[in-house]
Amino acid sequence: MYQYTDFDRAFVQARADQYRDQLNRWQAGQLPEDEFRPLRLQNGWYVQRYAPMLRVAVPYGELSSAQLRVLAKIARDYDQPQPELLRAAQAKQDLLGPVQSGERAISSKLSTGYGHFTTRQNVQYNWIPLDKSADVMDLLASVNMHGIQTSGNCIRNITSDELAGIAVDEIADPRPFGEILRQWSTLHPEFAFLPRKFKIAISGALEDRVATAWHDVGLYLIRNAEGELGFKVQVGGGMGRTPVIGSVIREFLPWHQVMNYIEAIVRVYNRYGRRDNIYKARIKILVKAEGQRYIDDVEAEYQQIMDHDGGPHTITQAELDRVTACFVPPALNCDHKSAQAKIANILRAAAEDDIEFGRWLKQNVRAHKNPDLRAVTLSFKRMGQAPGDATADQLAVAAELAEQFSAGEVRVTHDQNLLLPWVACDQLPELWRAARKAGFAKPNIRLLTDMIACPGGDFCSLANARSIPIAEAITERYQDMDELHDLGEIDLHISGCINSCGHHHSGHIGILGVDKDGLEWYQVSLGGADGSTLSGAAVPGKVVGPSFSASEVPEVIEAVLETYRQQREAGETFIATLRRVGMEPYKAAAKAARLPAAV
Amino acid sequence: MKLLTTSEHQEADLQPTAVQLANDADPLNLPLTGVERIDLHFPKFTDGRAYSQAFLLRRRREFKGEIRATGDVLVDQLAQMQRSGFDVAVLRADQPLALAERVLASNPGFGVGRYQGDAVQVAPHFALTDAHGAG
Repeated sequence: MYQYTDFDRAFVQARADQYRDQLNRWQAGQLPEDEFRPLRLQNGWYVQRYAPMLRVAVPYGELSSAQLRVLAKIARDYDQPQPELLRAAQAKQDLLGPVQSGERAISSKLSTGYGHFTTRQNVQYNWIPLDKSADVMDLLASVNMHGIQTSGNCIRNITSDELAGIAVDEIADPRPFGEILRQWSTLHPEFAFLPRKFKIAISGALEDRVATAWHDVGLYLIRNAEGELGFKVQVGGGMGRTPVIGSVIREFLPWHQVMNYIEAIVRVYNRYGRRDNIYKARIKILVKAEGQRYIDDVEAEYQQIMDHDGGPHTITQAELDRVTACFVPPALNCDHKSAQAKIANILRAAAEDDIEFGRWLKQNVRAHKNPDLRAVTLSFKRMGQAPGDATADQLAVAAELAEQFSAGEVRVTHDQNLLLPWVACDQLPELWRAARKAGFAKPNIRLLTDMIACPGGDFCSLANARSIPIAEAITERYQDMDELHDLGEIDLHISGCINSCGHHHSGHIGILGVDKDGLEWYQVSLGGADGSTLSGAAVPGKVVGPSFSASEVPEVIEAVLETYRQQREAGETFIATLRRVGMEPYKAAAKAARLPAAV
Repeated sequence: MKLLTTSEHQEADLQPTAVQLANDADPLNLPLTGVERIDLHFPKFTDGRAYSQAFLLRRRREFKGEIRATGDVLVDQLAQMQRSGFDVAVLRADQPLALAERVLASNPGFGVGRYQGDAVQVAPHFALTDAHGAG
């Protein structure tokens, strides 16, 4: 992991102190709400449906066990609303009524004392009172954490591959570049008030596990014909009302120029991006409207940065070496000579013992750059808890598992789970037992129930409809592991509104909450892709028809999955079958699944 | 950075050597001959275009005169203004001068230092520490 210098530590503490002063002035009435809001947002503090929400930055998803313990402490001690606030909020959620899923009624149940993993690898809390917010920032600063630029119209936390530095198909480790870009973007004076938020993602491997093309700037580490390292640069991707896949603006940019080049991208956007309409303010709209002219402007600005300004942010080899040295793989005790044979024996014996262990090995354990090691995903997708939610105790247990099995490190994944990146292969059986005891060993990674869902209308003030009860209804229906494994790998993504935090556009199956006459309705789309090998090139899904009532959604999903089972050829995945046979049979099945009463 | 109250500020069009550059105008085309002061405007403090204008005037055009921030100028954005190339700011009428000075001085970018280069100090933190051989 990146090791904070004295400067980095002092910087984060100074930021926490600055926030405390701003909070104090707001509390004293010296700083009006409208002027405080952008300041707190750029520290991660929203005010949501019932309470403030804090988004903690987890740069490129990497966390130490010490940081996890502090996140657990925050969940335990601070994610606690006043009882009367919780009662009032629950009463209001009860008015929305249950989601009827067949015979069962699934109601909103607001929970407290937990953290939530987001698709952008951050951690959120839903109940911390604002008057405790400065204390929480101090606590975070004690373990080199913060909420800097996790919200607001600025450069957000930079995301990357959950397998960064350990992937077998890696071209180069994206983390040092993620860190260098994090530092560059942190409190950038010129780019604090962009037209809209700005998200950067970096992929360093052959497979895109980062949904790179869906970002404002997507960076792919590549090598050119001469073997030199650089980036393919995409710009103008994004979800929201107008889903757009990023356009390639540079086929090859030498690695040391990435900051100078992004400075040009962001400066042109800051000058010309629309500010008159929030829905047209993202860079994707500028890139679409201007096309080649935007690209020409960026190239001209970049040339000026290089020729006139002297390329001040050219990354020196010394700086890359300094940062890269922080990401040296941990020394692990493994018998290198006999590892392969020994491990194969252990795995075979244990796998035959237990079908669930076998499934876990298949779904939750992945190959590693170091053949002695494995990457293991802890599943936070199970009945009774919202996707990506972890209680204080669960966070603390995850920290213990990280220390015992993964050199004290975890990664927050884009799919809202935790990944242990440094597991010795002869420890897999022990880890599996410990993870199962903790409830993290559900062998459903990349399967239907490993769904992405935003907090939705239970917490978010923007949401048009609830996500969590829909997620629970579907999860409950697909508890049979035989059935789930038979259905195979499927990306199911749920967003409670068009802001698309639940990435419904990129789901093989996407569910979008919409408001019709004050009631919760849902659009279902099919065939979206995040850009992974399984999904194919990034593309938004297509809507299957008019929106469905909440109670129809589980029926529609079941009908769509049943259609897949009927149409598939041997070994064919959901997405491959859909692409081969087209939308029509799925549309017909979805239509037939409408409930007569709801028409 | 010099801080002015609204009463100390005189409109650019009353000064022969001062110009006002609109928020959406291109600073790269502005004639600079004889210009000693350029006023840039923040219609709202959340509109960040003038930061890029100031940067381009200072770094790209190498303008050595005064760059003045006008409009919705609040104490919490002064540090960003200074780092982007402004050297004078006209505080919005309700912004206390003493508070502005305190907030400006305690900004992380000044008190502790800053990561990225800017219009004032061109080299980023890493380039400075490289040169001094210290992290």
